[in-house]
Amino acid sequence: MTVLFGIFLLTLLVITAVAIVRTRNLFVAVMLLGIFSLLIAINFFVLDAADVALTEAAVGAGISTVLFLGALALTTERERLGTQYRWLSLIIVTSATLVVLYATFDKPRFGDPEAPVHQHVAPWYLEKTPEYIDVPNVVTAVLASFRGYDTLGEVFVVFTAGIGVMFLLSAHGSGAGRREQEASGIGLREHLIPRVVGRLLVPFILLFGLYVQFHGDFGPGGGFQAGALIAAAFILYALIEGEDRTLAALPQSGLNALMVCGALLYGGVGLAGIVLGSNFLDYSVLAADPVAGQHLGIILIEAGVGMTVTGVLLSIFHAFAARDRA
Amino acid sequence: MELLGLYHYWVFAVLLMIGFYAVVAKVNLVKKLIGVSLFQSAVFLLYITMSKVTGGTAPILQDGMVDPVFSNPLPQVLILTAIVVGISTTALGLGIVVRIKEEYGTIEEHEIQATDRR
Repeated sequence: MTVLFGIFLLTLLVITAVAIVRTRNLFVAVMLLGIFSLLIAINFFVLDAADVALTEAAVGAGISTVLFLGALALTTERERLGTQYRWLSLIIVTSATLVVLYATFDKPRFGDPEAPVHQHVAPWYLEKTPEYIDVPNVVTAVLASFRGYDTLGEVFVVFTAGIGVMFLLSAHGSGAGRREQEASGIGLREHLIPRVVGRLLVPFILLFGLYVQFHGDFGPGGGFQAGALIAAAFILYALIEGEDRTLAALPQSGLNALMVCGALLYGGVGLAGIVLGSNFLDYSVLAADPVAGQHLGIILIEAGVGMTVTGVLLSIFHAFAARDRA
Repeated sequence: MELLGLYHYWVFAVLLMIGFYAVVAKVNLVKKLIGVSLFQSAVFLLYITMSKVTGGTAPILQDGMVDPVFSNPLPQVLILTAIVVGISTTALGLGIVVRIKEEYGTIEEHEIQATDRR
């Protein structure tokens, strides 16, 4: 049964991907991309990756679709010129596919506990998490503590990308300026059904986002997912009520502060480790008891991650939404 | 199980190359970015496929589990952060595309190159 379900899902993925590439209507392609993200999220869930599925559903099916639509509104909805060097590309892509397919026969058997990927540090993480960190969700333990350096790097990449988008889109281009206030303030306010349903949903999405943020040690969740969910709630509010009211509720200066403070909080917790006489990002010295210190450190850096991700994703959204149609 | 495993890897290979095709063959810049997204998702699928252990469950420790088998948390951590980084970099790409549209009036690669040659 699971095998059939898996094959069904994967086949749907391939069909969706082909449809995305074939369609000349970019609006359709973006909508299909949202469906593709949802399908791949279900796939991740079937493969035991609950945290990843949550992230992909919030980011891929929610925020990425909105950002692509924002970009389409500023550019064009149709591909005018279809394909270049069609046959040459097809030949190259087909031969590359065959090479990769040939390589798959050398891959370890699916689900094999003896596969090399399960040998090195992963068993150590699973075995030592209760002793050193004592949080139930091993993914959170690895993300926030064992591999805290990686996550710090990722947070700064997200931060930098957000700054990049704001630099690109807030500059006044040739003839293009910021959109007039009254034009951007409309949203879907006249449409009754989206408005009523959306307003009902927003507080619950926010609440779920906060739950995911603070329950991330115990169940699937954490700063990345929570940041994406909270940003999605504000984006939904902006789509219904218009940009102005969203910016009135959470102004751009607040978003900038969130971005910066989140990244600084993460780095600050790392430095606090050094100040208290241990290594960078070692949380064990934050409290008298090493395990309690780990808990404190994880909650703090997850809060930092959540703040930065929320701030960056919302700033990117506002940067696209505020850009004039050239 | 054997077939499902190979099928996962085959779907990975096909998705990867569908994304690659969109990047090399499509002229429209937004379509190219959609191709990059597909390519990226295929890599995510490969990692998560490798993290699966037969009979395993999500790596969340619970009391009262008898002899639990967990799937590998490490690839999940890598991909979890990669998804959020992926959307941020895609947004940066879209920002560049929007600026190109404003400066050149088009996002079709041929026309941009034609403008540059002039």
